[in-house]
Amino acid sequence: MKKAQLVAGLVLVGLVVLAAVVSLFWTPFDPIRVVPGERLAPPSLTHFLGTDGFGIDIFSRLLVGARTTLAVGIISVSLAAVFGVPLGMLAGQAGGWVDDVVMRTADVVYALPALLLAMLLASVFGASTTTAMIAIGVASIPAFARVARAGTLQVMAADFILAARVSGTSRWGVASRHVAPNIAPVIGVQASVGFAMAILAEAALSYLGLGTPRPNPTWGNMLRDAQNYLFVAPLQAVWPGLAIAVAVLGFNLLGDGLRDYLDPRLREVP
Amino acid sequence: MQLGLRIAKRLGVFSVSLLGASLLIFAITQALPGDVAQVLLGTDATPEAVAQLRAQLGLDRPWLVQYLDWIGGILTGDFGVSHLSGDAVVSLLLPRLAVTMWLVGFAMFGSLLLAVPAGMIAALKRRSWQGILVSASAQVGMAIPVFWGGILAVVIFAVWLRWLPANGYVPLTQNPASWAAHLVLPVLTLSAVQAAVLIRYVRSAFVEVLNEDYYRTARSIGWTPMRALFRHGLRNVAISLVTVLGLQVSSVLVGAIVIESVFSLPGLGSLLMTAVAQRDLLVVQGTVMFLVLAVLAISALVDFSYLLIDPRQRTGREA
Amino acid sequence: MSLLEVRDLTVRFGRHRTVAVDGVSFSLAAGGRLGLIGESGSGKTVTALAILGLLPGNADLSGEIDLAGHRIATLSEQRLSRLRGDVVSMVFQEPMTALDPTMRAGRQVAEVLRLHAGAEAGPARDRVVAMLAEVGLADPERVADSFPHQLSGGQRQRVILAMALINAPELVICDEPTTALDVTVQATVLEKLDQVLDASGAACLFISHDLAVVSQVCDQVMVMLDGRLVESGSVAELFTNPKHPYTKGLVATARLDAVEPGQRLPVVEDFYHPATGESR
Repeated sequence: MKKAQLVAGLVLVGLVVLAAVVSLFWTPFDPIRVVPGERLAPPSLTHFLGTDGFGIDIFSRLLVGARTTLAVGIISVSLAAVFGVPLGMLAGQAGGWVDDVVMRTADVVYALPALLLAMLLASVFGASTTTAMIAIGVASIPAFARVARAGTLQVMAADFILAARVSGTSRWGVASRHVAPNIAPVIGVQASVGFAMAILAEAALSYLGLGTPRPNPTWGNMLRDAQNYLFVAPLQAVWPGLAIAVAVLGFNLLGDGLRDYLDPRLREVP
Repeated sequence: MQLGLRIAKRLGVFSVSLLGASLLIFAITQALPGDVAQVLLGTDATPEAVAQLRAQLGLDRPWLVQYLDWIGGILTGDFGVSHLSGDAVVSLLLPRLAVTMWLVGFAMFGSLLLAVPAGMIAALKRRSWQGILVSASAQVGMAIPVFWGGILAVVIFAVWLRWLPANGYVPLTQNPASWAAHLVLPVLTLSAVQAAVLIRYVRSAFVEVLNEDYYRTARSIGWTPMRALFRHGLRNVAISLVTVLGLQVSSVLVGAIVIESVFSLPGLGSLLMTAVAQRDLLVVQGTVMFLVLAVLAISALVDFSYLLIDPRQRTGREA
Repeated sequence: MSLLEVRDLTVRFGRHRTVAVDGVSFSLAAGGRLGLIGESGSGKTVTALAILGLLPGNADLSGEIDLAGHRIATLSEQRLSRLRGDVVSMVFQEPMTALDPTMRAGRQVAEVLRLHAGAEAGPARDRVVAMLAEVGLADPERVADSFPHQLSGGQRQRVILAMALINAPELVICDEPTTALDVTVQATVLEKLDQVLDASGAACLFISHDLAVVSQVCDQVMVMLDGRLVESGSVAELFTNPKHPYTKGLVATARLDAVEPGQRLPVVEDFYHPATGESR
């Protein structure tokens, strides 16, 4: 059952990655060029999922959209981890006022969700893929800091840390040799779950026009376009949403599966 | 005494968070390449004209002075003035506040209404198909972006079944029935998506109760599993849910802003979207600050509700 | 006919079907006092939960339990619920956590009455306070109005005792009721339990790891080891003539008065080695 989660997660994530990789080399049609004669074609053998309001093949745009989704996910999660994890480890190890300052700051950032941050950035710099990445990344820092801090506290309480400290290992030595490898698994889980959150946030931002602008396809801005034709071609609004749901479900399942796999105590729940 | 200290401490956290958030918001707007005056006048403006407008807007003052001026205004209810229209941000906010408030309020309530019974079933029946079905549905629900949920709801209930309007808004005072009809789909969508996130927490809180000694005591005096959970579980589950709800406030608000866009509701979300599109920086800044203030205040209030639910927080040890 | 009749009770847990209770049979007459003694993990609590029909969902039960004319395994959850708290009640091990932290103690005791006797709030309150006084609480009114966290461990255990006894059940199962308490409090709670059981005429299945404690309340006693009953008889018999090496160990550790000054205190392992199951 638990293993099934992990496998299902890997399969779904694999599907998204495959779509992104394939789109680098091949798409059935040009995902950008407008074809006025082909507008709103229904699904057929030539256009698997039909064409959109600009006459562009939806399946091709879906494949290319996977690329944006993964790119925004990877960069924003990395950004969040690069800042969040060391801050969380610092807070967990130093304790006292350092801990207070770091975690209070995390709370402040937490009160400013990615969407509001993205709106501020978009009104200052103009909306782009970059502002979306930064907004999502910064807004995800607190989650990583919290997880890293909790993990650090847990590791620091273990006997072998005391042994290492007594034997004269420096604080930095303890952090790099003992804490980092021991919290790596929980950070991995957080990265997977954070990836799912990032995909949802990116989709919402580009749906609102606060992320990647047209004509570059993202699943979010495809839905924005599709909304204009709900009464004519409602199926158009199904595919990109399905793609988002598959990707999010995949990363969530992967995270849950990893968590259960890494934490043997959770395996035998009565 | 202990109680007073707790409240004071929570208020302290609230103030510090507010200070931090305002600094962060202010800092981002300071990062504008050039400045507001430049943006307003465009790139062809003469340097003299830009300088004159800067002086007029007070942009030539040191940033600390500008910050204090801004935050001082906010504390007295002045959230700034739009550069473009000259309207006070507050006068833009207030008429749109009701829409967003209805959305957030109903969605919080609706998500609890859905998530508590579902989470309870997921916990009680966690070894049989009913429980697994609930957990799996929640997992799928969590993966559905709120705006897509809204679009699907429009396709099904407005386009196909024609039961409800696809978008728009009518104020409560104008026509209550129409008001309700226009809110049903957005609120349902938001509640369902939020409930999917909550179910997991509710389930684990109930599972925790099922493993508690007092639950076993309740069973041993003759309560059936369901009634034991209602009688002795709900309040204890509420204690652990309060924390989660406090954290959910901001995500419900974000959901409301997005859903306003799907259903063309004239709330704070649409105000923000228009302002961002026009790059009306001060309106965005003021509205964002207002929303953060609201989120922080509601989270603090939610935290205080601990005191109502948990007698251990309210009364000291006497024995 | 005896009040409680357990025949060949076997309980297995989980996917690996770990055996917790293995072919246990015993009976208890109305008003009788039976001790069940063994180490933690020997299957005592599982036996008790099986009698109440409260085993967790991953447990697999075979054998028969007849309680006051009902065959436990065949009853629906509804009918079982009606027996619990009315015919049979239980006093649990952990007084600190066995009460709902969010409900006043008096209301929790009154619940038992309302559930089974359909009592009204007013008269129920009087009976609750009277019962709290009977189990030896000096200040029953105040205790009834207190939340569990405002009470000491001994007070809480008496509240739980009151819950178990207020509806005059025919059988009270006590699972290590005094283990978590201070030694001095232990003695007074046991004494009170003895008196209240005498007054109500209820039968008692008393579970403990401590032979000395069991001998204060019970006249008959059974010894449980790794899910099996290894020895049973009257308390006096067991003390004077223990047969199983594990019982010998228990008796030696319970009778510290027999130890010469300066001598090392005996432990069960001196008589019985758990890993090999062999006597020394």
